[in-house]
Amino acid sequence: MTVVTPHPDPVAPAPGVRPAPAARRRISLPGRDLLGVVPFFAFIVLFLAIPTLVVVIGAFTGDGGGFTLDNLSAIGTSYIMEAFGRSILLSAVTAAIGAVLGGLLAYALVTAKPDGVLRRVVTSASGVLAQFGGVTLAFAFVATIGLSGFVTVFLRDHLGINIYAHGVWLFELPGLLLVYTYFQVPLMVIVFLPALDGIRPQWREAAESLGGSTWQYWRMVAMPLLAPPFLGSTLLLFANAFSAYATAAALVSQGSPIIPLQIRGALTSEVILGQQNLGKAMALGMIVVVALVMWLYAVLQRRSSRWLG
Amino acid sequence: MRISVARTVALLAASSAALAITACAPPEKESAASNSDAAKAVSVSDLGGLDKLVEAAKKEGQLNVIALPPDWANYGEIIKAFNTKYGIKVNSAQPDASSQDEINAANQLKGQDGAPDVFDLSGAVASANTSMFAPYKVATWDDVPAALKDANGTWVNDYGGYMSIGYDASKVPAPQSVADLLKPEFKGKVALNGDPTQAGAAFSGVVMAALGNGGSADDVSKGIDFFGQLKKAGNFLPVDPTSTTVESGQTPVVIDWDYLNVAQGAKLQGKLDWKTVVPSNAVVGSYYVQAISKDAPHPAAARLWQEFLYSDEGQNLWLGGGARPVRADAMVKAGTLDQAAYGKLPVTSGEPVFLTDPQTAKAKESLAANWAKAVG
Repeated sequence: MTVVTPHPDPVAPAPGVRPAPAARRRISLPGRDLLGVVPFFAFIVLFLAIPTLVVVIGAFTGDGGGFTLDNLSAIGTSYIMEAFGRSILLSAVTAAIGAVLGGLLAYALVTAKPDGVLRRVVTSASGVLAQFGGVTLAFAFVATIGLSGFVTVFLRDHLGINIYAHGVWLFELPGLLLVYTYFQVPLMVIVFLPALDGIRPQWREAAESLGGSTWQYWRMVAMPLLAPPFLGSTLLLFANAFSAYATAAALVSQGSPIIPLQIRGALTSEVILGQQNLGKAMALGMIVVVALVMWLYAVLQRRSSRWLG
Repeated sequence: MRISVARTVALLAASSAALAITACAPPEKESAASNSDAAKAVSVSDLGGLDKLVEAAKKEGQLNVIALPPDWANYGEIIKAFNTKYGIKVNSAQPDASSQDEINAANQLKGQDGAPDVFDLSGAVASANTSMFAPYKVATWDDVPAALKDANGTWVNDYGGYMSIGYDASKVPAPQSVADLLKPEFKGKVALNGDPTQAGAAFSGVVMAALGNGGSADDVSKGIDFFGQLKKAGNFLPVDPTSTTVESGQTPVVIDWDYLNVAQGAKLQGKLDWKTVVPSNAVVGSYYVQAISKDAPHPAAARLWQEFLYSDEGQNLWLGGGARPVRADAMVKAGTLDQAAYGKLPVTSGEPVFLTDPQTAKAKESLAANWAKAVG
């Protein structure tokens, strides 16, 4: 934060000058302050509202047009339900791992010097890595621990360890778990750090001067304060993994284990045709899951914002 | 008066929605292209001969093709040859797209200059979208066997091949049959080109596995079981093979069309010993389909492209890429087929199987329900 020193008000009348009559003042136009957000709203409508509408309408449209519930009932077929299950599992597990590891890393940063090198380096690195996904991330993993990745080859040739002895897990669900965790941890650092910064050292001092132990301070002061933002961040991580597509698309080419890949198949398959609207129904299912998660997130945010002003 | 915030937001949202909707729908301009003589021509004689067609195509000056990988059936060379011969610029979009992507692109870009002029589709996608094609009969129309074309010229088969196993001879022993791939020497080495519920090549790969594993064209479940066994044995490699993965040794065995595997071998000559085998008594064949888009922005160039592809030169170029051109039999009789290239095609033994439409439909259902379970 930079502190701005108040400079003399330029429109304040200089001493000895009569103020101008009120009529000469500029009249503010109604809604003028809203003009600034027009681009934002236009953007939201174009890239959020309209696509959402297209998905919702498509989900209830039959192959030849007309209203139908077939697409929604088709979501009940076993392989789509399993993909939903795997998507939710993948998102929940990577969100949990990311929240714990990222939370610990963020705590370590808070205890470091606030403007020290360590903190600056780790936060900027997290900012970059949290957005590092898609083909580049997939390639990074293929190049290091892929079948001919240099780590794989080194382990095999020098230590006799074959990391793919039981199948090529990198291109299946376990691989996705690993790769997703890679971007979940830094994202947790970014979203959880402000909450940790909000914990004031004075509270700990107060607890200690009242004779509280470290354990009591954590249990009765810090934990209740940090629980809502921690859970909120975890939910954000869940939504982030649940909707991720490009990384999985670049990595997995067989079997479409998760829902975004099932949607890809429904939209682009040259073998099984006429599934475009089934794809939209699956997307609607994803919207419902994410909306639930986001609603939970909003509820938790409201709880925590009362504490950390 | 003060307008409430909510109302302003609602107004803004409504107006930008209106804007967006108009922006999404390009003006349906009755382009000169779709009304030109070329767009109505169903054969070259309608335009007064090939020279007139060339002239009209040169005037358009461009051709939009889509989903033609340069290393697929020699398309890189074909595009180059067409460009050299007629001086028409070929815009090749989304080389790795699927057949369905081609149709999607034609629908999304309808009425725009960037829309695809011609399609190269898998049979299933072509038969589902015949309303989008403009009928046209090339000069060599009579050479194409009746079973491989639509009687009105709406679509024509262009080149085909057989499902094959390509392998790096320095890494694995030569597989003779589909069952050989289950041997421990193939651990973590066998890749299939695509997901069979999405890609035509992979779909035919599963049919080949079915034939080689005691199944039939009527029942591909044996093929799905085979890949399930392959996965259990740790031999199945869930990687999408490309020329890069082959060259870097990530995919030492690739199940794919023989023309793609043969082209792969030719490309890597001197670096890798990439051989192609069509497994005995599991010969699955399939032809791709050529069609002209009804809404082609360059109707003359689109028709000239077809004439070029079905000329002796075009057919031999496909053959040079290891694909079997549709006029092969007629060209053998006429002595115009490139014998050297023809001799390089993999040897097949056994009766080739071509799936009928009902068989294809049944196989799809079976795959949609069971593929993910088998390899997931």
